[in-house]
Amino acid sequence: MEFYLYLALFAPLAGSLFAALFGASKKTMIAGVLPSLLLFTSFVSSTILLVYILGGGEPIHVEMMTWMATGDLYIPFGFVVDQVSVTMMMVVTVVSTIVHVYSIGYMDHDKAFNRFFAWLSAFVFSMMVLVMSDNFAGLFIGWEGVGLCSWALIGFWYHKESATWAANEAFIMNRIADLGMLIGIFLVYWNTGTLQYNEAFAIMPSLESDVLVWMGIFLFIGAMGKSAQFPLHTWLADAMEGPTPVSALIHAATMVTAGVYLVVRANPLYDLIPNVGIFIASLGAFVALFAASMALVNRDMKRIIAYSTLSQLGYMFVAAGLGAYWVALFHLMAHAFFKALLFLGAGNVMHAMHDELDPFKMGGLKTTMKWTFIMMTVASVALAGIYPLAGFFSKDLILEVAMIEHHYIIYSVLLFTAGLTAFYSFRLVALIFHGEERYKLFGVHPHEAYKFMLIAMAPLLILAVIAGSFKMTYFEMVTAVLPATEYHIHSALTYWIMTIGTQLFVILAIAFAYKKYANSAVSVPDGTSKMENRLCYKILKNQYYIPYFFEEYLVRPYRELSTIFWKQVDLKIVDATVDGIANVIYVTGDKTRGMQSGNLSTMLKWMVIGLVAMLSLAVVFGLAVRHADDIKMILSGLGVQ
Amino acid sequence: MFEAIAFYLFAFLTIAMFYITVTTSQALYALTALAAGMIFISAFFFILGADFLGAIQIVVYSGAVMALYAFGMMFFDTTRDVKEKHGNKLIISGLSILTAVLVVVIFAAPLVSSNIEAFYPMTEGVGNTQDVGMVLFTKYLVPFEVAAVMLLVAMISGIVLAGKKMDLSLTLMDEATIAEEKARRDEENKKVLS
Amino acid sequence: MEIGLNHYLVLSTILFAIGLVGVMRRKNLLMLFFATEILLNSVNISFAAISHHYGDLTGQMFAFFVIAIAASEVAVGLGLLILWHKRHGNIDLDQMSTMKG
Repeated sequence: MEFYLYLALFAPLAGSLFAALFGASKKTMIAGVLPSLLLFTSFVSSTILLVYILGGGEPIHVEMMTWMATGDLYIPFGFVVDQVSVTMMMVVTVVSTIVHVYSIGYMDHDKAFNRFFAWLSAFVFSMMVLVMSDNFAGLFIGWEGVGLCSWALIGFWYHKESATWAANEAFIMNRIADLGMLIGIFLVYWNTGTLQYNEAFAIMPSLESDVLVWMGIFLFIGAMGKSAQFPLHTWLADAMEGPTPVSALIHAATMVTAGVYLVVRANPLYDLIPNVGIFIASLGAFVALFAASMALVNRDMKRIIAYSTLSQLGYMFVAAGLGAYWVALFHLMAHAFFKALLFLGAGNVMHAMHDELDPFKMGGLKTTMKWTFIMMTVASVALAGIYPLAGFFSKDLILEVAMIEHHYIIYSVLLFTAGLTAFYSFRLVALIFHGEERYKLFGVHPHEAYKFMLIAMAPLLILAVIAGSFKMTYFEMVTAVLPATEYHIHSALTYWIMTIGTQLFVILAIAFAYKKYANSAVSVPDGTSKMENRLCYKILKNQYYIPYFFEEYLVRPYRELSTIFWKQVDLKIVDATVDGIANVIYVTGDKTRGMQSGNLSTMLKWMVIGLVAMLSLAVVFGLAVRHADDIKMILSGLGVQ
Repeated sequence: MFEAIAFYLFAFLTIAMFYITVTTSQALYALTALAAGMIFISAFFFILGADFLGAIQIVVYSGAVMALYAFGMMFFDTTRDVKEKHGNKLIISGLSILTAVLVVVIFAAPLVSSNIEAFYPMTEGVGNTQDVGMVLFTKYLVPFEVAAVMLLVAMISGIVLAGKKMDLSLTLMDEATIAEEKARRDEENKKVLS
Repeated sequence: MEIGLNHYLVLSTILFAIGLVGVMRRKNLLMLFFATEILLNSVNISFAAISHHYGDLTGQMFAFFVIAIAASEVAVGLGLLILWHKRHGNIDLDQMSTMKG
């Protein structure tokens, strides 16, 4: 089994290195095909491991090599395959294999085809390190690795100013959060003396609750950055500057869920500090609503889906915060499937519309892009949480958790958000595929994507439909390591009212969206309609003015402060010191130049002066050596050691 | 008593002579005063019982070296005063005295204080010259020979340097002058050969 | 009044100082040579005095070698001096500025 572990882990790395060999050369099909094949190998290995774990096998724990061993610090390159990590491995390998195959078609005309695959596979490797590591240090390496790859892939089209800006924004925001993460890891090491998960978590119950709270908070700050929780959420929407497969893989299915994974992985810690859990859940619920509301009015297809991702991450954090870790992980998995599908569908539409992102400029595409239409509709239905698709099982479960844990405010917020989710998803679908063919105004001739891209997406479609039926199998598997709390509403009546009520609410929202956007009256907004001038619309349109706030109150003062430091401190103190030293030497040289007059008489005088100086030194040192004992005595009398 | 009178007398004379050497503007005065000073110094050697050294002092310095200087001076236009632009007297004197004191302190003071045992003690009942000869040709034979070689080298170099054609520097001449010089010399050589 | 080692050392110091003054003050190269002779002789006096003080011949040996060195120095130095005079027509120290940087 260890062989499969290493195969699953290192196959993406091999693929990445292989593609990197062709990084600077022209497009080579092999640079895309081989990494995809290697990823498929990784996927097969993960499946074998999953089957093994499902069959009741013991978690596989290997220690590849010692990384650091100094004093009490011992960090190995250790990897563990248990019920939690195998779930993540499955999600990562399934989605990334599909995205790789899809990308071969999507990036077909791109000049940097080879470079794309090098980075994409590198990302998968980092993600595998992140989920498979058996200690916090390894997790952190993967964490930084995915951050790096994410940066490179968001800024993949680096000739676009906005892309490099978005890449840097994502990277810098993640660094801020990573500082918190790092502090959290230091706290763990400081207090438990180890970074291994099982050892650290075994010691934690004996620690003071204050310490645990700080640990939990700092680790969660790291999770907030990676999972783009408020207030570090702005990077995720901007990250949509990257190629669409990247958005599907990194910014929907895998990397952004790393924060959730961290909280799930650290469940013994968060179980000890329920107050922090409540905070996480509240923040999650807030973000769910907050992001969904921004998605309502946005006119950028990819950004809408990004906000939806953000909102769903909020759901996951609610579940994780309330102690329902397996539910969080389950939603993570289901969400990865349908959200990746949604993104890839959006990629197809983008390709067809020649990189047009505004859904108002599309419309009526269902005839030309039948398969994409079906896939995106199914994905949206799954996202909305309609029975019997994946979203229903996972999302309704989170609602039930909130209800059972008696957090009614969270429950109602989530319920309302579910309605919003359904509305904006179908607003998007309706605008793209229904109504009049507005794109004709812009002279675009849409076409369906390559066949093999659609076939590659098919597994996601199937998974988005059937993922919910794995619920019980999955539950039995992960509860071997996660707290096995079953969430059942006590009275059957309440349960049915809740479920049917939610379903009805969601269906109403969908119907409303169709009614409003699927008709022929929809036109390209030009900023004159009554709705667009409402205050709330403007607030939502401008993302609650948060990017504006960041720019105005954080970035600008920082820039001004930097300018002040540059002008006052750097130029006047640091540079002046260095220049001063140089000047002293220069002036000394300039003044003593006179000595080198070439006049032998003067030189003789200087020679004698030098002789006097040297002889005096000789006398002084000679006396000092001779009277060393006396001098020591005098010095010790003066208190000098 | 006699020793003291002799010491002070010669000390005064030596200092006076050397002072004249250093200060006078006439080269001839300086040369004469230096020669006199050298002879007076030999008096100290006699007082100290180093008879042979005293004799050598008179022979080498007053005889050879001074004669050499006298001949050297004939080459130079000594009547033309070299413009002496004296520096600050105080600084120069101060520096000189300081250096002299320091040198003496460093090299002589340890000898005064410590008790050194003689390596080559003077032999009783034997004259100084014999004594010196015994040490010089046994313990100091190799340095003595090296000194002899050094003197030979100095003699040859003196002859060569002061000899003919050494005033021409090929590095300071341009190509044309060198060619001209060469042609002229070839011509001379031809004349000699024919 | 006993004349001891100290007297000779003081005399030697005075002569050395005079020699150094000469080295620094004179601009005539020939005078510079004279001054160096004075320096060497002042050292010779102390050698002889110390030799006498300890009853050891080593000091006198050194004095011999110093005289030998002085003689060769004069030979080579005068040769160079004549050469210089032939080429430049003067032996003024201030005029020798080929070492000017």
